[in-house]
Amino acid sequence: MNRTTLDQLKAGERGVVQGYQGEEDLHYRLKELGLVHGTRILVKRFAPLGDPMEVVLRGYSLSIRKQDAAKILVQKDKNDDGK
Amino acid sequence: MTTGNDPITKRREIALVGNPNTGKTTIFNALTGLRHSTANYPGVTVEKRSGRMQLPGGEEISVLDLPGAYSLLPRSLDEEVVHDVLLGIRKDTPPPDLVLVILDANNLERNLYLATQVLETGLSVILVLNMWDMAQKNGTVVDLEKLSELTGTPCVATVGMEREGIVKLQQTIALMLLEPVARPAKFSLEPFLPEGLKNELDKIVALIESRLRDRPGAVFGEALRLLPDRLFRSPFFKDIKTGDLLRTEILSVRSSLKQNGIDWTSVEPECRYRAIDDLCTRVVRRASHKVPAFSDRLDKILTHRVWGLGIFIVIMGVIFQSIFSWAQAPMDLLSRVIEKMGGFAQAWLPEGALRSLVVDGIIAGVGNVIVFLPQIFLLFFFIALFEDTGYMARAVFVLDKLMKKVGLNGKAFLPLLSSFACTVPGVLATRTIEDRNDRLATILVAPLMSCSARLPIYTLLIAAFIPNIHVFHLLHLQGLTLLGLYLLSIGAGLGIAALFRKTFLKGNRMPFVFELPPYRIPHLKTVLGTMWDRAKEFITRAGSIIFFLSIVLWFLVSYPKDPAAQTRFESVKQQASVTLSGEALQKRLSAIEHEEKDLRLRSSYAGSLGRAIEPAIRPLGFNWEIGIGIVASFAARELLISTLAIVHHVEAQGGGMTDGLIRALQEQRSPVTGKLAYTPLVALSLMVFYVLACQCFSTFAIVKRETGSWGWMFFMILYMTGLAWSASFVVYQGGRLLGFE
Repeated sequence: MNRTTLDQLKAGERGVVQGYQGEEDLHYRLKELGLVHGTRILVKRFAPLGDPMEVVLRGYSLSIRKQDAAKILVQKDKNDDGK
Repeated sequence: MTTGNDPITKRREIALVGNPNTGKTTIFNALTGLRHSTANYPGVTVEKRSGRMQLPGGEEISVLDLPGAYSLLPRSLDEEVVHDVLLGIRKDTPPPDLVLVILDANNLERNLYLATQVLETGLSVILVLNMWDMAQKNGTVVDLEKLSELTGTPCVATVGMEREGIVKLQQTIALMLLEPVARPAKFSLEPFLPEGLKNELDKIVALIESRLRDRPGAVFGEALRLLPDRLFRSPFFKDIKTGDLLRTEILSVRSSLKQNGIDWTSVEPECRYRAIDDLCTRVVRRASHKVPAFSDRLDKILTHRVWGLGIFIVIMGVIFQSIFSWAQAPMDLLSRVIEKMGGFAQAWLPEGALRSLVVDGIIAGVGNVIVFLPQIFLLFFFIALFEDTGYMARAVFVLDKLMKKVGLNGKAFLPLLSSFACTVPGVLATRTIEDRNDRLATILVAPLMSCSARLPIYTLLIAAFIPNIHVFHLLHLQGLTLLGLYLLSIGAGLGIAALFRKTFLKGNRMPFVFELPPYRIPHLKTVLGTMWDRAKEFITRAGSIIFFLSIVLWFLVSYPKDPAAQTRFESVKQQASVTLSGEALQKRLSAIEHEEKDLRLRSSYAGSLGRAIEPAIRPLGFNWEIGIGIVASFAARELLISTLAIVHHVEAQGGGMTDGLIRALQEQRSPVTGKLAYTPLVALSLMVFYVLACQCFSTFAIVKRETGSWGWMFFMILYMTGLAWSASFVVYQGGRLLGFE
């Protein structure tokens, strides 16, 4: 379905955070920064070399490495036309 | 309830707290003017900025600018200091009478995470919503009265850069300080906690409340933050009396929460953001939630696949250019001023040990560092400029993937680049790296970056021994050699970093995330202020240690004295003045003086040291004269040059001593074999040694300070010395095997 991980989203796609997978201790800071269950996010762009990625959440931009984004489960918005 | 007043001065104190990038420093500057000082918190390498301000009523209070933090659950040294000061755990810094939480009005939700944590500590709080003008422009409307009503704390809107709202803020501070006891905030997390959690947490509260007698309100939050602490890092677990009991209790609470279906690993962030969302729906009327268009357009270029990298390279080129060429004129000027000062002292002080100490020891030694100030000021200026505009975060964004390949992260780039000017500011710049292992690896390889003190040595040796020819009709061999040395430095640094990160500095404590703040027009006063603060830190930090070591090195070079030799030289001089006159006499006298200097150096402690290490450096092609130079280099690498000049009797003539020294080195023969003492191969081996060896007392001192450990410092010296020796050995012995001399 539309459930995937954050790193799989393309630039311009949106989704909602559903949870995490893998080692929990590393996730805590991401949660404190606002990436909690139900948070809406937008993938803004990828760095020139393809990693890390810029995501917009709660009105601000955060850079996150793909390897960390791969731990974040997201529900991708349907019929997203990339706007 | 104590407010932590100093009983003697009774000067009251307010503290500024907030996320990074909220303009906290501009508020601090607006409140205190330029009257502030920077120091370190005792025992940790966290900058402590404090200043004074006058209340409308005339009372003077102190203002403390705490480092940026995202949460009261510390993940970095900076955050630990914030946590410990607010909870009254640090003995050296009593908790403030009032806390100003600075929030970015554009980004209230995330900023409220820390703000609500601070509200729960029971301290008096003012919420300062900064960058109010930007929020209005972006269509975010915050109902200040409502926010104030719901949190039970005064809220003030400000624009720190324009000093808007500062008067209102000052009045509010005065008003809050009038209240005899802290006003408890209305905000409470409790309604948002899962059922049953409160009862469980009360068991932990009972165990830690005795430690937080001053801050009873803070106990619940602290208990909540012990829950996810899997590795028992919190100091509460280290308490001799209750630590073990606490451990057992936490484990039982966790399992009972799990049984009730409560995910104890992330209770606080999940619940707190629910509370914040609830608060925001009531006070933020129209959150546009979009990045400002101007910033977005700029980012399309600056982080573009092609342009982004191109622009980055151009910008770094400009920095390099400025450090190595624009800084040259002021550096020359400074070195002339220092020379003048030396001459002045020479003329004014009576001859003897004191004059020698002041002229050859202190002025020469400290001067060697002062000369680098123009480079350092420029470097700090650019760093501050990039931070202030928001470009710094983009540079990290663009470069992270490259740095990740060697196990570092994007934030390591700038410290390493700075180290090409001087290792000391480079190591200081690693403070922005939160992760311990990332930071340590960066510090340990920073001295491998070829700092500008090595450049004069390369220049001299290349000019003397590398033929001035072109290879393949195009490339200049001398230039190529210099390029090779810099590439060796970069390659060694990155390779060693990768090695360390794969072995004993493995893994990270937190994911590498950072904020990309919107671009801003730089504020010149802020930029210059930041530059000045850091340069001042460099001067005092490096200056004091260099001052001390210059004296030590002067002693090593000047003692022991040989009175018999001195009288002998005196009598030779007298003889000369009897038999000779005019120009011939001057010539003879200066020749005698040179011989005297040479003999003094040879018989000094440094000379003995140079001789003592000769067996160790012989396989690298170095003689004991170079040995003395290596010993002297520990104060400043370029001292190799003046040492070689002294031991080879080179006189300054016209354009300085460089030409004379080059000729002397080219012609010098070994007294034992009669062969040339310095060959291109020896020069190459020596240059490789200087690229890789750690020979700088200021670097030792700064690494000891920043790592907080003698162990890491000695490790750095050992590994670098080993690396330098091995590489030079391979170059020299390999070269000989290939038939070079």
